[in-house]
Amino acid sequence: MPLELYLDLHSQPCRSVFIFAKKTNIPFDFKFVNLATGQQYGEDFGKISVVRKVPVMRDGDFILTESVAILKYLAEKFGTSDSDHWYPADLQKRARVNEYLSWQHAAMRAHGSKVFWFRAIVPIITGSDVPKEKMDSAMEDLILSLKVFEEKFLDDRPFIIGEKISLADLVAIVEIMQPVGTGLDLFENRPTLGAWRDRVKMELGEALFDEAHKTIMDVASLPQTFENNGMLEFLKPKIQKMFN
Amino acid sequence: MALEMYLDLFSQPCRSVYIFAKKNNISFDFMKVSLLEGEQYGEEFGKINMIRKAPAIRDGDFCLAESIAIMKYLAEKYQTSDHWYPADLQKRARVNEYLSWQHMGIRMHGSKMFWLRLLIPKIMGVEVPKDKMDGALEDLEGSLKLIEEKFIGDKPFIAGEQISLADLVAIVEIMQPIGSGLDVFEGRLKLSAWRDRVQAEIGKELFDEAHQGILASQEMVKNMDSSKLQIFKPKILRLFL
Repeated sequence: MPLELYLDLHSQPCRSVFIFAKKTNIPFDFKFVNLATGQQYGEDFGKISVVRKVPVMRDGDFILTESVAILKYLAEKFGTSDSDHWYPADLQKRARVNEYLSWQHAAMRAHGSKVFWFRAIVPIITGSDVPKEKMDSAMEDLILSLKVFEEKFLDDRPFIIGEKISLADLVAIVEIMQPVGTGLDLFENRPTLGAWRDRVKMELGEALFDEAHKTIMDVASLPQTFENNGMLEFLKPKIQKMFN
Repeated sequence: MALEMYLDLFSQPCRSVYIFAKKNNISFDFMKVSLLEGEQYGEEFGKINMIRKAPAIRDGDFCLAESIAIMKYLAEKYQTSDHWYPADLQKRARVNEYLSWQHMGIRMHGSKMFWLRLLIPKIMGVEVPKDKMDGALEDLEGSLKLIEEKFIGDKPFIAGEQISLADLVAIVEIMQPIGSGLDVFEGRLKLSAWRDRVQAEIGKELFDEAHQGILASQEMVKNMDSSKLQIFKPKILRLFL
């Protein structure tokens, strides 16, 4: 039985898992979990994962959540000496990958997601723009994360760990692309970031990169999907919580 | 040159790193970074970790931040017992799964509770509005439920029969709201039983030593000079209020 990956490419961690599996030629069944229709809250998906999030991997009878865990599992299970750079065996290089993968949860991921929600989703649900001070604050946090990324994690290296791309760059790029999908050009006036993005895109292959990001670059279609599936009422309390 | 670990035991990730190193007899120089006094913003510490957070380590000329990265580095370098970070693919994946989920899953909620109950009233001079407190409590309770049902389940420890980094990282985070006077173990039999097992594995003495500071928080915060804590006001306004 081939590997199953439960994915929705609106989700950043789904994109990193999708890209990695494709890039490293790991065969898998793409099981679409339609987040915009709330499929993750359905009974069927509940049997796959009680956490009700994506991505999820099923390898035989082994079910695993959390993209960072999935990526490491796949890198280990299907890795070869040529593909070592994704998650290097070298102690210090691996530590640098782990350092980024740890930091990014509450930093790049949290801030990029928030800006995405504030720009693309909240206005649809509430019918009005996010209050200026909250939007400014969210942007400020994102800008700070990008600054830390450029100064500490990239510094003057081509990729996070040095000469080669790793899981860290992959996880970074998909998170940065989330707010970019709302029309925010984060690469403008950030030459270091832009140059890194170009290198990452080249390593992954432009076709694969674009394929993975097609969905998020088309967020304008979300409002209609939400409306068609009763998601507006469902998401309202969730939004309220965000502002608490 | 000895391994240097920059720690403040008020911080959960500092406690996990501290306990891990001590339990595994890894010798290190304890370099105190007093977070409530803002030492993480000083020039010296900036050279160790420009993200200005603890824990951080310096091993020769190699500096590393992020407790999870640090513990995995130490586990590998000092070849600690396999159960801490098992070589078995699936067991390791279970540990990684918890370590990934916990950042936003429990760490955020437990930390927030500590700020809302203790630090914010002290610094801002007001109690946190009820709806914010209730919301935060709801999130924490949801997390604890998930830890009991999914991560522990009917196993003695998160990865199975033996303690691992996952349990260590879990326990230090769960202890944080306890420091603010919230008994999260009350009424949670499964969680309490797991806590007892974890404490027994770590060793009561080491566990208590690591948690001495945080468990004395209520008293300590009460006696603190709130003017010294005003540097945290902007952070509080942005994050919590």
